[in-house]
Amino acid sequence: MRLMEKKRAGKSRLPALLWKNRYYYLLLLPALLFFVLFCYVPMAGVVLAFKDFSYAKGIFGSDWAGLKHFERLFSSNSFYEILRNTIVISLYRLVFSFPMPVIFALLLNEIRAMKFKRCVQTISYLPHFISWVVMGGIIAELLSPSRGVVNYLLGLFGRDPIYFLAEPAYFRGVLVVTDIWKSVGWGSIIYLSAIAGVDMEQYESAAIDGATRWDMAVRITLPSILPTIVTMFILQIGSILSAGFDQIFNLYNPTVYKVADIIDTYVYRVGINEMKYDYTTAVGLFKNVVGFGLVIITNFIVRHIGEGEHGIW
Amino acid sequence: MVKKRRRFSLFDILNTVFMVALAFVFLYPFWQTLVISFSTPEYASSLGVKLFPPSVTLDSYKSVFKTGSIWVGYANTLLRTVTGTVLTVLVTYCAGYAISRKNLPFKRAITFFITVTMFFSGGLIPTFLTIKSYGLVGSRLALILPMMTSAWNIIITRNYIAGLPDELEEAALVDGAHPLKIVFQVMFPLSMPIVAVLALWTAVGHWNAWFDAMIYCSGESKIVLQLVLRRLLIDSQAETSILQSTVAATTPESIKDATIIVAILPIVCVYPFLQKHFTKGVTLGAVKG
Repeated sequence: MRLMEKKRAGKSRLPALLWKNRYYYLLLLPALLFFVLFCYVPMAGVVLAFKDFSYAKGIFGSDWAGLKHFERLFSSNSFYEILRNTIVISLYRLVFSFPMPVIFALLLNEIRAMKFKRCVQTISYLPHFISWVVMGGIIAELLSPSRGVVNYLLGLFGRDPIYFLAEPAYFRGVLVVTDIWKSVGWGSIIYLSAIAGVDMEQYESAAIDGATRWDMAVRITLPSILPTIVTMFILQIGSILSAGFDQIFNLYNPTVYKVADIIDTYVYRVGINEMKYDYTTAVGLFKNVVGFGLVIITNFIVRHIGEGEHGIW
Repeated sequence: MVKKRRRFSLFDILNTVFMVALAFVFLYPFWQTLVISFSTPEYASSLGVKLFPPSVTLDSYKSVFKTGSIWVGYANTLLRTVTGTVLTVLVTYCAGYAISRKNLPFKRAITFFITVTMFFSGGLIPTFLTIKSYGLVGSRLALILPMMTSAWNIIITRNYIAGLPDELEEAALVDGAHPLKIVFQVMFPLSMPIVAVLALWTAVGHWNAWFDAMIYCSGESKIVLQLVLRRLLIDSQAETSILQSTVAATTPESIKDATIIVAILPIVCVYPFLQKHFTKGVTLGAVKG
């Protein structure tokens, strides 16, 4: 009986098909409602970038303001400062932080004592599970000029204490190092799993040919995980204009705004605190459009330079 | 064959030493926090590598537990973590299950509708104003509803469920089981691995979340743990020049560190045992498409 029904339903028209699947649509309903209310409505709210916000009229009722906010944006010096900070900090991350999980994974892969390896891995995940709020507190303590262990160690070499978190010359370095500390272990998971997928026979035949471990790491392992590296790279490029809000927001202070204020922290302070909603929406829109454009461009370049199949779509 | 030859080269030794040093670097900051939390304010404010406290005192913990805001923060964080995680798992599993159905009409359109949100977002201000316009500011719902599900979670759930064998489900259908019964009683237990990933990731996310609480729901009675910590640890640094006597500037280091330990203890104790499930999420997501 049931099977017969099934066959008939397959041939029937749309309404019957929809009715047949009614329970599945019911299951989808909460999620779809979520996407409409918390993703699509805010997306539509981006029109605020072209409006003069008025509380009484709300986002959609406010009067149009044309490109006023963008004109203000592109003619203000503070915008170029935060844009430069954002890009410089992101480039630092790209150059210094991005390769670290790859290197860490390759080195871990060479550890033969499995228990030791697993132990190091578990420990390396620890900072990933701690919020930037707590990390901010711990880092401030480590770097404190009066108590911090880092300045103590510098003192052993005869250096005067450095107030790392209030010194514009050091602040970005602190961002990069603490970012590596927090994310290198967790970031290596994806590469380790890619390494685990490499065919063991390749290593065996290379060993017969007399390849050293260095040869194998560079000629076999690295090329095998290259697609993963490229994918991660493209994603990283796409987030070049989000230089790590949580981290910076929990570490910075007015003395380092000059080098540490990024688009996101600026939008928060000027938008939420000073309530310049329309202008900061324009800043946010600029960021999202550029970010999306960067992903598309990088993906395009990677597909055309590389051997073809490396892009993310 | 190569493996059998257990000869340790210079590289192996250096690599092992390097890994031990790295492990120390990962651990030391937390170890120091733990040490300071058990020590006197004098030792806490002394200079040096703090590996072991000269004397152990529970004073800091006593004063932490006497502070009401820690308990309020703990309770609120637990509340948002539990309700938020249950809601996320339910909504995400249901949606992932539905779009894993091969013959669902408009499946492609729905999947597209969901994945679009991975690439575009309204950004901070429009999202803030939207949530405000729903009247959620000041409500605990503002911490739970916007984190209810995500395109990414639904896609990995769909991929997992689509990879499960069809036989059990078909057998149940032939037996005349109600489709919803199949979803929850037959397929849900089979989906436990992905449910564990969703639940753990969401729970950690809720436990560590602070920004949403800061902008939507920071009232004294609804304050979450991370916000209590932020006030205690961070707020001072930014404003010491302006406001000398903030909580953070006047709280001794040992009490701050005891608070940190109390706050991170649940996660630190749990993650080593559940890391297989945590890491599975990373590799599941790495599958293209």
